[in-house]
Amino acid sequence: MTENNEKVLIKGNYAIAQAAVNAGCQCYFGYPITPQTEIGEYLSGKMQELGRGYVCAESELGAINMVMGAVATGVKAMTSSSSCAISLMQEALSYAASDELPVVVVNVMRTGPGLGYIYPAQGDYNQAVYGGGNGDYNLIVLAPSTVQECVDLTYRAFYLAQKYRNPVMLLADGLLGQMMEPASFGEYPYPEVDVSSWALTGAKGREARKIYSVATDEKKQIQHICDLHRKFEVIAENETTYEEFETDDADIILVAFGSMTRNIKAAMKVLRNKGIKAGCFRPVTLNPFPHKQIHELAKKGKEFVVVEMNMGQMFKDVKYAVEGLSKVSLVNRACGEWLSVEEIVSSVENILKGGRQYAASL
Amino acid sequence: MQQVFSIPKSMKKDFRYTFCPGCDHGIAIRLVAEVIDELGIRENIISSTSVGCSVFLYDFLDIDCVEAPHGRALASATGVKRARPDKFVFTYSGDGDFASIGIAESLHSALRGENISAICINNTTYGMTGGQLGPTTMMGQVTTTSPTGRNAEYFGYPIKIAEHIALCDGTAYSARVALDSVPHINEAKKAIKKAFQVQLDGKGFGFVEILSSCPTNWHMTPEEAHERVRNEMTKVFPLGVFKEVN
Repeated sequence: MTENNEKVLIKGNYAIAQAAVNAGCQCYFGYPITPQTEIGEYLSGKMQELGRGYVCAESELGAINMVMGAVATGVKAMTSSSSCAISLMQEALSYAASDELPVVVVNVMRTGPGLGYIYPAQGDYNQAVYGGGNGDYNLIVLAPSTVQECVDLTYRAFYLAQKYRNPVMLLADGLLGQMMEPASFGEYPYPEVDVSSWALTGAKGREARKIYSVATDEKKQIQHICDLHRKFEVIAENETTYEEFETDDADIILVAFGSMTRNIKAAMKVLRNKGIKAGCFRPVTLNPFPHKQIHELAKKGKEFVVVEMNMGQMFKDVKYAVEGLSKVSLVNRACGEWLSVEEIVSSVENILKGGRQYAASL
Repeated sequence: MQQVFSIPKSMKKDFRYTFCPGCDHGIAIRLVAEVIDELGIRENIISSTSVGCSVFLYDFLDIDCVEAPHGRALASATGVKRARPDKFVFTYSGDGDFASIGIAESLHSALRGENISAICINNTTYGMTGGQLGPTTMMGQVTTTSPTGRNAEYFGYPIKIAEHIALCDGTAYSARVALDSVPHINEAKKAIKKAFQVQLDGKGFGFVEILSSCPTNWHMTPEEAHERVRNEMTKVFPLGVFKEVN
């Protein structure tokens, strides 16, 4: 696998795996589940070859808790899984957020609820963004839309996790995981974060360090929750990222995340050729979400059409950002075959003619 | 003057004693601290802690600790050891944490031969929540969730943890000890030391199950509780070394 700037044709899952290696991921722990199994398969050989840690965990519960143990010692570590098995990790992610452990977890989404199937989908938006675990906490959630971004955002996931001591989820989907596309790896572009002030290394020549979330003192617990909340405000201020295309003169803006971004960009061009002033907006960080930026566009009177492969999960965040200033519509499918450019174009045309505003389709 | 008593160096000087009167956790933690002192490993330890009455280990020991959710101590410890193979890693759990909610993590750590040491306190009940039926509750034992006593028809059978761990090929040492008498306490300390030593020697998984009293939830005096450990528990859970790799 490449470790330089040369472009290679590579599957999304392998791109994530090699990017983790390049980022300095010292340990990988995982359990097989389609459509992300190639990540663990690739790393099993690679980590052994490099003398790094790899465990075929007994379950996803085991895997995520192994990651927590490993990152507590200051190294970079990650696990990857998919949808129904990501559900098994929610308890640990709540602990990791409270313990401020820099866990990196990759979710290559399949469909749900329940076991669902291996069709790609974007149904885990709510779980990732609003948390499937207990209590007040936030994950940083990054959503790649191309195989190149699988590389770039895996790098960023490791950096942000340690920089803010906060768990990070890379929210990809089965389409991206299984798709081959040209990508280049370059070198890990971020500085190494100094973890020496908190990492567990044995209490030699210093006070013993305790990383735990049990809080028997009510005031301390309130303080801790508020501190975590404030930390995420800083993350929102510094790290919210998004892409905009031709929004300046647009009357209607298509909004999508992850790999659906590809089709709204193409649909925008078709709509423009038809004389409809369409633009695109795509959050790269789903949490923190670019509420402010969407709100500013709404203030200019622009309408929005959210396009996603679920029953309207990010749709609610866009409506929240718009605060009733303009119309927000939904074009969606629950899972499976991605909404085509033609379907998006005809749905937008229909909405502009006053047709169904919420166009859930089969 | 001869000093006849001192607090182990590995114990924190300002700990708040959180266990019930007559509970054996205090003895077990002190034994762990003494072994840490004798092996001279305090500054090299990272411990993964558990949930239950054992949760407050980090309040007693002056060592680096990371918490694990209920049942996940051995997974966390696996992560710590794989990331830092040069560190000494141990867990300290109750029977519910180790052998009920966490049995997959515990058993698979032993099967993988993780080079870590695990202590499990078996007091036949969930102590922290007020004495419910657990994986080691004995036949006939009354708990708040087996009000007429454990019977096989409703509740099945208790697990013999040390024997199960001994069956794992990755296990280097597995023993069961008790804390009901001075001789047994001395043997318990030797077993903990062996379970720690096999890790230092790189031999694999080291395990000690410690039969302990829970006077509060057994509704007994400490003395009666220790008699129960001696007369009833050791018959169901025989003391001994079940595996030792030389």
